[in-house]
Amino acid sequence: MAPLSLEIDGLACRRGGRRVFDRLSFGLGEGELLALTGRNGSGKTTLLRALAGLVRPDAGTVRWLGVDVADDPEAWRGRLAWLGHLDGLKGDLSVVENLLVAQRLRGGAQDRLDGALLAFDLGALAARAVRTLSAGQRRRTALARIVFSAAPLWLLDEPLNALDMPAQQAFRAALQKHLAAGGLAIAATHAELGVEGARTLELGRA
Amino acid sequence: MNGFMALLARDLRLVWRRPGDVGVVLAFFVVAVVLFPLGIGPETNTLQRIAAGVLWCAALFAALLSLERLFAADYEDGTLDLLLLAPWPLELAALAKCTSHWIVTGLPLSLLAPVLGVAFGLDGDSLLALFGTLLIGTPTLSLIGGLAAALTLGARKSGALLALLALPLCVPTLIFGAGAVETLAAGEGLWTHLAILGALALVALATTPWAIAAALRQAGE
Repeated sequence: MAPLSLEIDGLACRRGGRRVFDRLSFGLGEGELLALTGRNGSGKTTLLRALAGLVRPDAGTVRWLGVDVADDPEAWRGRLAWLGHLDGLKGDLSVVENLLVAQRLRGGAQDRLDGALLAFDLGALAARAVRTLSAGQRRRTALARIVFSAAPLWLLDEPLNALDMPAQQAFRAALQKHLAAGGLAIAATHAELGVEGARTLELGRA
Repeated sequence: MNGFMALLARDLRLVWRRPGDVGVVLAFFVVAVVLFPLGIGPETNTLQRIAAGVLWCAALFAALLSLERLFAADYEDGTLDLLLLAPWPLELAALAKCTSHWIVTGLPLSLLAPVLGVAFGLDGDSLLALFGTLLIGTPTLSLIGGLAAALTLGARKSGALLALLALPLCVPTLIFGAGAVETLAAGEGLWTHLAILGALALVALATTPWAIAAALRQAGE
């Protein structure tokens, strides 16, 4: 087993007075994928948001390479690529503009753009305004943003939403490439991610 | 600073793609101001006396009109999460958003106000004073308005709430902005008023980005 890059220890979160999860502990090493499963409302999205720092947990720590991420939240955010329920795209900007802006906001390198477009077959759509795209094409653009980011940890909320079969295969290929390069990924999903060796954490079980 | 410039450039580009959003604000300002001479009549002394107050109030309302969407659009399309997760201070992102708001509303309103001031019979010095006070005062409106927009993010009837929160906080700027032109008309210098407007802008600059960032983090939870 690879040495742990990410360690979650005793994480607890309450939302609206309800306990979403409590004393949650797990770790993830280089090249590992964790699929979060569970019924609607089981806390998958909340866990992802808590890991990202978007939601403040009530207890517990998140450590990256042994260091509490709360010690340097900006450095932690720099290690994340985030895909939420919403695509996080501006409708009035083109596909390429959305990717470039997102990367500039991260302060990341711009040299992987062609690869990210190619990975999700977005070359022909590159100059199109995002508001003219279908839901699946927008999701592919959002996934291309994740690939473009080159962040070591991907946090993905329902990444397969709205994707057709070729796009799902493209996502799996991109995810496997990321994992093979030593990256980590945590994905909340209702569908089978289809990646060999993926671990599963089912939430919402008493 | 790269993130700040990237966000500022993005927001200005979005405005460029949808110029109608700014056009509506400026059109509201023009219509609101022009209604006063039409309603009050052509009595020059009366119009000159109320000119600064009318133009400042109309500028304030026009600025508020566009503030509701300042963070709401990012909240609705998920790009707010990307700002919250950017590896640089969220306070700078808040400042970039307010700066873009000022560039596309405060600055054009400052340029437009002297033109409309002619309809109130203001003389050259008063028109210059009006431009100067708005140029120094409108950044405060964008910063305070930005704070109100962040605090009301995701709330029902956020537009009305935003106005209720922002308007009282903008009163000092309004008083010293409009007061400067009246002081000039009374034959006194306006530097004190300009200095106070500048001080109010600096206080807003030194405080609101932190408060906006805290409100955005809360909205993102």
